[in-house]
Amino acid sequence: MFDGETPRETLGRAVARLLHLDFALLGGLLLLAAIGLTILYSASGEESAMLLRQLVRLGAAFAVMVLLANLPMQSLRLWAPWVYGAGVLLLLLVLLVGDIGKGAQRWLDLGVIRFQPSELMKLAVPLMLAWYFAEKPLPPAFRHLAVAAVVLLLPVALIVKQPDLGTALLVASAGLFVIFLAGMGWRYIVGLLVLAAATAPVAWHYLHDYQRRRVLTLLDPERDPLGAGYHIIQSKIAVGSGGLYGKGWLNGTQSQLEFLPERSTDFIFAVFTEEFGLLGALLLIAVYLFIIFRGLYIAVRAQDTFARLLAGSLSLTFFVYVFVNMGMVSGILPVVGVPLPLVSYGGTSMVTLMAAFGILMSVNSHRRLISK
Amino acid sequence: MMATDASAPSYRMRRLFVLGLFALGMLTLVARAADLQLLKRDFLRNEGDARQLRVLPVPAHRGMITDRNGEPLAISTPIDSVWANPQETLAAPERLNALARVLDMRQRDLEQRLNERAGREFVYLRRHVTPGMAAQVRALDIPGVGLQREYRRYYPMAEVSAHVLGFTDIDDRGQEGMELAYDEWLVGSAGAKRVIRDRLGRVIRDVESIRPARPGRDLALSIDQRLQYLAYRELKAQVQAEGARGGSVVILDVQSGEVLAMVNQPSYNPNNRGSLRGDVFRNRAVTDLFEPGSTIKPFTVVAALESGRYRADSIIDTSPGRLAVGRHLVVKDFRDYGRIDMAGLLVKSSNVAATRIALGLEPRQLWSVFQRVGFGQLTSSGFPGEAVGQLPPYARWREVERATLSYGYGLSMTPLQLAQAYAALGNDGEMANVTFLRDAPETAPRRVINPEVARQVRHLLEGTVSDQGTGARAAVAGYRIAGKTGTARKSVAGGYSEDRYIATFAGIAPLGAPRLAMVVTIDEPSRGDYYGGLVAAPVFGRVMAGALRLLDVAPDDLPELRADEHPREGGPA
Repeated sequence: MFDGETPRETLGRAVARLLHLDFALLGGLLLLAAIGLTILYSASGEESAMLLRQLVRLGAAFAVMVLLANLPMQSLRLWAPWVYGAGVLLLLLVLLVGDIGKGAQRWLDLGVIRFQPSELMKLAVPLMLAWYFAEKPLPPAFRHLAVAAVVLLLPVALIVKQPDLGTALLVASAGLFVIFLAGMGWRYIVGLLVLAAATAPVAWHYLHDYQRRRVLTLLDPERDPLGAGYHIIQSKIAVGSGGLYGKGWLNGTQSQLEFLPERSTDFIFAVFTEEFGLLGALLLIAVYLFIIFRGLYIAVRAQDTFARLLAGSLSLTFFVYVFVNMGMVSGILPVVGVPLPLVSYGGTSMVTLMAAFGILMSVNSHRRLISK
Repeated sequence: MMATDASAPSYRMRRLFVLGLFALGMLTLVARAADLQLLKRDFLRNEGDARQLRVLPVPAHRGMITDRNGEPLAISTPIDSVWANPQETLAAPERLNALARVLDMRQRDLEQRLNERAGREFVYLRRHVTPGMAAQVRALDIPGVGLQREYRRYYPMAEVSAHVLGFTDIDDRGQEGMELAYDEWLVGSAGAKRVIRDRLGRVIRDVESIRPARPGRDLALSIDQRLQYLAYRELKAQVQAEGARGGSVVILDVQSGEVLAMVNQPSYNPNNRGSLRGDVFRNRAVTDLFEPGSTIKPFTVVAALESGRYRADSIIDTSPGRLAVGRHLVVKDFRDYGRIDMAGLLVKSSNVAATRIALGLEPRQLWSVFQRVGFGQLTSSGFPGEAVGQLPPYARWREVERATLSYGYGLSMTPLQLAQAYAALGNDGEMANVTFLRDAPETAPRRVINPEVARQVRHLLEGTVSDQGTGARAAVAGYRIAGKTGTARKSVAGGYSEDRYIATFAGIAPLGAPRLAMVVTIDEPSRGDYYGGLVAAPVFGRVMAGALRLLDVAPDDLPELRADEHPREGGPA
């Protein structure tokens, strides 16, 4: 539909270009959203009200994407430090006066909407780091790496404190990807890995009880089958009982009988695989791969370091989303609150994601405009 | 195209590294999905089934107990019990208050109950709730709380037949009486079905029936509900009027041995047993022993006639109304009856005459009659907890025993055993097996008394109910009655009580062609009168009159009816 040669599609292409949209990326995202709505209908127990709310969010998120796609890279680059600074301030504010939901302090109530500053940091951190490295000689010197580390660790530490391990993980990986792509020396990388391994026991000490339990549960879900292990066990059963072809749409017993917790949000992949089987899973993974590759392609073709670092980081972070969520659902990673992008029910992370794709599209289209 | 990359020599390597990691990650996911969905699929599907599929019992209702005419005596009615899965229910503590209110429990007790059994998946919260309460629980729809269909026993006759029927426990298993004796017959076998349940334990759909429930079989008793009511009403009225501790009435069909009625006082309501003490549950007519006193004298006369040493018109001198036996015992009569025959012995209830006869017989001869009519042996009723009673072996009888046994002391029996013996007397000496069942397999009656002797003694007993006899109040207009009063001192520690008696009347009707044998016992009447003829005989008369009419037994004393010029139904009850 997006690569044909008919006049109508050429017209569509023209509209897309006018709106600075990337046709391939948009197609992949729309396909994903369609798959997401389909499975959400099943996971929600065929509740159309839930479907409608998700549709509204999707609309809002796509609008944000279009908005950012039309924002020239120069403006983005100008605002990067300010966005980052504001984000850190908001994070501090959350720790002081934030709303508490589900045992964590993540929300800032702005009266009209409830806002999660940690979501903003998913974009602000890579923006800031890309901005920082764009003006430095590459590969970066040690002192620049040290500054980058501070820029990265400050917000991550604030988010961990909330605690929101899932978001912290995503923010940290977004930043690390920028640093990595900027050309951090291999010896630093190896050194960091060794350091990470060495400090793991210390980190373990600082984890919350529930976080430790999640890790232990991953290693042996049966140690507490009704408590911490419950999610993993039910989820694995759902995934596994799908088989090659799945049980069919709306026929997944684990989810329809409500054995599967969080089935419309973080664990929606389990519902999907139970109903559509291994083939469905492969198709979904293929769609994600297509989107990520398109993002990486855009990154490689980016015009300057800022755009390249930013686009690369955002694409790879998207991959982390997918990998962590699917890994968690299929029981190879501990349970952290990472949604399956564009498929899981929920609003905030979706807006951030689509904003990232808007930036990717901006990277692509504005480069072309300049090069022409 | 990649102008800025030129300055960084390791970027190509870096890109490959990123792609490598990327590929590795995706491969891991795909491998994991394949691992779960292809290799572990069967295991995980089973695990899923194990969570969703449950085998549930399909309760089977217990068989109905009816009387001999098919009137229901014990019925199983469906009822709900409230249960919970403690873990799931405790997970929603904010709902416990509402639940406790509906169940009429204190929230603290409810929580304690759930916490004590937190490790289980099933705990009863409240069993056998009213339909209204069940509907409220259903409306609350609290996670982990469910209703279970069960059956509860209902006894339409309540206290009237409580002792015969017994009752079941909360699990619908027989605990007493017929419910216990025929539990295996009555109890159904629960079926099983496979269902799909959701996480909250709600049954979403039935998958298959594994085994259908087999309801219990019905049981028809030999009891006649109408006689039962009648006997209970009269007994209760008399026990209250006489301030007695208790009492029993037993009615047997003399030919079939069927128990037509058996009632006791005090009784209880089996539908609401709440706080009752154990002694009201006793079926005294079967479980309580008493010394029969004078009601045994007909069998002493049977022994006398069977021996050939006495005839019905043999004269016995009872003067001066007292007789010393051995060194310690002086047998006394109420007054000096002088020279009397067998009819006189029974009508006057002379202890001296009975003693003289017994001392004139071999001990074995008296013992043999007692033994043959079933004293000291279980009846064939099969009633749970039936008492055997005592009949000392004749080899151990000294003179004193020979004397006292002849007028009913030194042996013990149940009212049912006494009724059984009178039934043999009424059935021309043939004793049928006592049974509580209407459709009991027929067994040949045993000959226990010479038929001619049985007929003779029966007719001798008619005098008791005459105007001069001790049992005049047992008379029934239109029918000839044979019977005997008894007034036995109750044995207490160290001897016999001076002021506690069991008043008895045992009899047969109608005399011409006997149908019914009945025993009435009144335990410790306390309002002055205590003679069997005064306390027990009126109950016998009233119950027998009603029973004969209900059973449509032809009157055998028509001249009296004609003399009164009353139609049949006009006869006094």
